[in-house]
Amino acid sequence: MNVLIDKFDVFAGGFWLTLQICILAAIGALVLGAIVAVLRISPVPPLRALGTGYVNVFRNMPLTVVMFFAAFGLPALGSNADFLRIPVLDSLFTRLGTDLPYFRFALIALVLYTAAFVCEALRSGVNAVPAGQAEAARSLGLTFGQNLRYVVLPQSWKASIVPLGSVIIAMIKNSALAGFFGVAGDLSATADQLTGAEGYAFVPVAIGISIGYLIMTVPLGALLDRIEKRQAVAR
Amino acid sequence: MRIKRVAAVAAVAALALGLTACGGDDGGEGTGAGSKSFTAGTTMEKLNKAQKIKVGTKFDQPGFGLKGLSGKPEGFDVEIAKIIVKELGIPEDKIEWVEAPSKVREDVIVNGTVDLVAATYTINDKRKERIAFAGPYYEAGQNIMVKKDDTTITGPDSFKDGTKKVCSVTGSTPFEEIKKYVKDVATQLVPFDTYDKCRDALKSGQVDAVTTDNVILLGYIAKDEASFKLAGSNFTKEPYGIGVKKEDADFRSFINDTLDKAVADGSWKKAWDNTAGKFGAELGSAPTINRY
Repeated sequence: MNVLIDKFDVFAGGFWLTLQICILAAIGALVLGAIVAVLRISPVPPLRALGTGYVNVFRNMPLTVVMFFAAFGLPALGSNADFLRIPVLDSLFTRLGTDLPYFRFALIALVLYTAAFVCEALRSGVNAVPAGQAEAARSLGLTFGQNLRYVVLPQSWKASIVPLGSVIIAMIKNSALAGFFGVAGDLSATADQLTGAEGYAFVPVAIGISIGYLIMTVPLGALLDRIEKRQAVAR
Repeated sequence: MRIKRVAAVAAVAALALGLTACGGDDGGEGTGAGSKSFTAGTTMEKLNKAQKIKVGTKFDQPGFGLKGLSGKPEGFDVEIAKIIVKELGIPEDKIEWVEAPSKVREDVIVNGTVDLVAATYTINDKRKERIAFAGPYYEAGQNIMVKKDDTTITGPDSFKDGTKKVCSVTGSTPFEEIKKYVKDVATQLVPFDTYDKCRDALKSGQVDAVTTDNVILLGYIAKDEASFKLAGSNFTKEPYGIGVKKEDADFRSFINDTLDKAVADGSWKKAWDNTAGKFGAELGSAPTINRY
């Protein structure tokens, strides 16, 4: 088990990079997922079809394939995903602004894939709001946007939060693929580095990696439990 | 009547089987239990008595251990393992091939999943803490593959100015080695899970170079000479050895003797010419066996 102490810096570096990917991907997926969810419940049929199409494509494709398209398809189309070099963010998350596009590619793949699940989690929350609420709001003369903002979403949020949390936890674990698509030194790739190149035994290294992921996922799960309990009281 | 006929057929079949077993040649002369005499209690004696052996090798390394359509791995590592197994008095078809990718090679030896590992297995001190190496039987070295028209990269030092990007496989020894030369890991190093992806990234211009052992790169160059070339000469020494249990010194020295013999009688060179040698890789002179 010495490897956990001897190579603490390697584990810590991997943890930090994975955390960066996860924070950025979670923000992106929540924003994009919300947009797609609005499309799916909008009153305009073509927009609904667009939203449904998006979910069908990205929810049903393996993440590895999405990663593959991002890492090899985008360069073939001549894109290095430079639009993600966002001025303030890239000083905080340094990998975002580098010449190497693979961090951005992995991010795009993770966001596109997770957004489909986020959309469905949000939509299931919306469906949990009794239809009478939206009808009453409409009869008061609220527009679709006002209806969502003031009536439906504040209520649906409560029903969505737990499934949303599960989606984000799944995303954190999915981020392990990034290390095999050109992102140097994320948490799961450190396992390969330590066992493959440096010859440490597999099990202690795997335990170290697992601890790293648990540090991210367990507090998130505990937070969700707390939120859920609070809401139960509020109701 | 029918029963009699079936019995007759069965009898003839049994006879024929018996005859082939007597006259047949199962995998070379001098095989079978007790065909060779080994000191009692040694691994060699146990394997010879059991008449079967488990060998760990790679299934995805062209020229060294590649499992193709035949269902059996082929390559230089595989041929070397066959030479050793034959010397143990075990026929070739009694070898059970076990896939041993880089990260589990020590574990399968320590746990006894395999009897020996021949899998482009670089001898180094870190690994010697857990297992022992016979050999080396080949000395590879890390090199760099670039596009045919690239003149800006001449060796590992070309990465020091921080502009050139280089690709290798996640967690491989060459990937760790090249870290010493690059200025910034985050902007210069690209890891993938296979070298095929690295080659594609080089071809599409996402990276400027691919680095790993010369023999692997030569395999890619042999397939696509119009696109790729090596930049400079090997900058590391990667002696490939046979991995065995750490405490089994008898087995290790037996393999060392076998390798010496194979070099002397030419079967070592023949194994190379039929496998990795086809890529145009230099075999060089036989490396000196390291009997530590």
